[in-house]
Amino acid sequence: MSKFGIITKGLLKENPTFVLVLGMCPTLATTTSAMNGLEMGLATMFVLILSNIVISLISPVVPDKVHIPVYIVVIATFVTVLQLLMQAFVPQVYETLGLFIPLIVVNCIVLGRAEAFASKNSVGDSALDGIGIGIGFTLSLTVIGIVREILGSGAIFGWKFITGDGILAFVMAPGAFIVLGYLMVLFNKLAKR
Amino acid sequence: MAAKSNLKNMALSLTLVCLVCSAVLGCIYAVTSEPIREAQQAKTNASIARVLPAFEGQPVMESINVDGLDYTYYNVPGTGYAVISTVGGFGGPLTLMVGIGNDGLVCNTVVLSHSETPGLGAKCQTESSFIDQFKGWDPAARKLAVRKDGGEVDAITASTITSRAYSAAVANAYNVYLKLRGDE
Repeated sequence: MSKFGIITKGLLKENPTFVLVLGMCPTLATTTSAMNGLEMGLATMFVLILSNIVISLISPVVPDKVHIPVYIVVIATFVTVLQLLMQAFVPQVYETLGLFIPLIVVNCIVLGRAEAFASKNSVGDSALDGIGIGIGFTLSLTVIGIVREILGSGAIFGWKFITGDGILAFVMAPGAFIVLGYLMVLFNKLAKR
Repeated sequence: MAAKSNLKNMALSLTLVCLVCSAVLGCIYAVTSEPIREAQQAKTNASIARVLPAFEGQPVMESINVDGLDYTYYNVPGTGYAVISTVGGFGGPLTLMVGIGNDGLVCNTVVLSHSETPGLGAKCQTESSFIDQFKGWDPAARKLAVRKDGGEVDAITASTITSRAYSAAVANAYNVYLKLRGDE
């Protein structure tokens, strides 16, 4: 597969949110606004790229029977690193995403890519795969965030274009499911063409 | 090719990975612990600055037990106290910081954390007509309770439970203040 193909498949054919339907917990919970979605996507991308690189480096020497615990230790390390860095340098972002940062450890996307791609491919390709899937995840979360923010708060990236409130349901959990469902239909319809 | 999965290899690889990861985390922690402390300090000071008039120096964090509950408060010498007060709201705990000046009047209040419904109870953070009524409130003279409960607090429309919790949190903070004054 071409280098370019590795990146673009994360956007379309293997889009983590709309096609693979992985990592639903942060997807539903953090996309109350476009900015939150974007930040969560970028945080996940950071972990995804680094863990992919390290796992593809060490996978040749890790005994098969312990590869899952080893991968999880690596992923958890990067998540903790990210958590400390965010707390230190972007405390406001850390405050909004809070609990969902440590939860990246159990995000199926990260372990899924480690298993399905990084452990079988070269370091360079794994890094590209991390970038591709990361961008796909970030874009998906941002789009869901944009839709929910427009409908729910009448704003886009924090810029309000109506006075008062939007349709509150879209800021809460049911709105997350509704928007995700419709976007998934739309995405798959368009992707099939 | 992956190393053979015998006990020695497995134990060795897991131990090695864990050691390296701990070392990395140790380094990052050493680098970030100072900025994290500063960020938290800055956040606390920013909240205190919002609930009390301008002050100088570093407020001292202390805690006190009032009516069986532990309260954390900041003693700002010469200005007053910033009391952190938590009461159960509609969706979960509602935590406020309440600034009470040495004159015994509520200076201002700010929500530190909440789980109220967005657009309804969560307005207790933004609705200025609700928040501003507490500025300069004299709890000794006016009852801190919503009008439905016989007090003088104007509740947020359709969010009586949140308003009630907010008023109770301010009232509790005032009790902390009374106890602090009594101790002196």
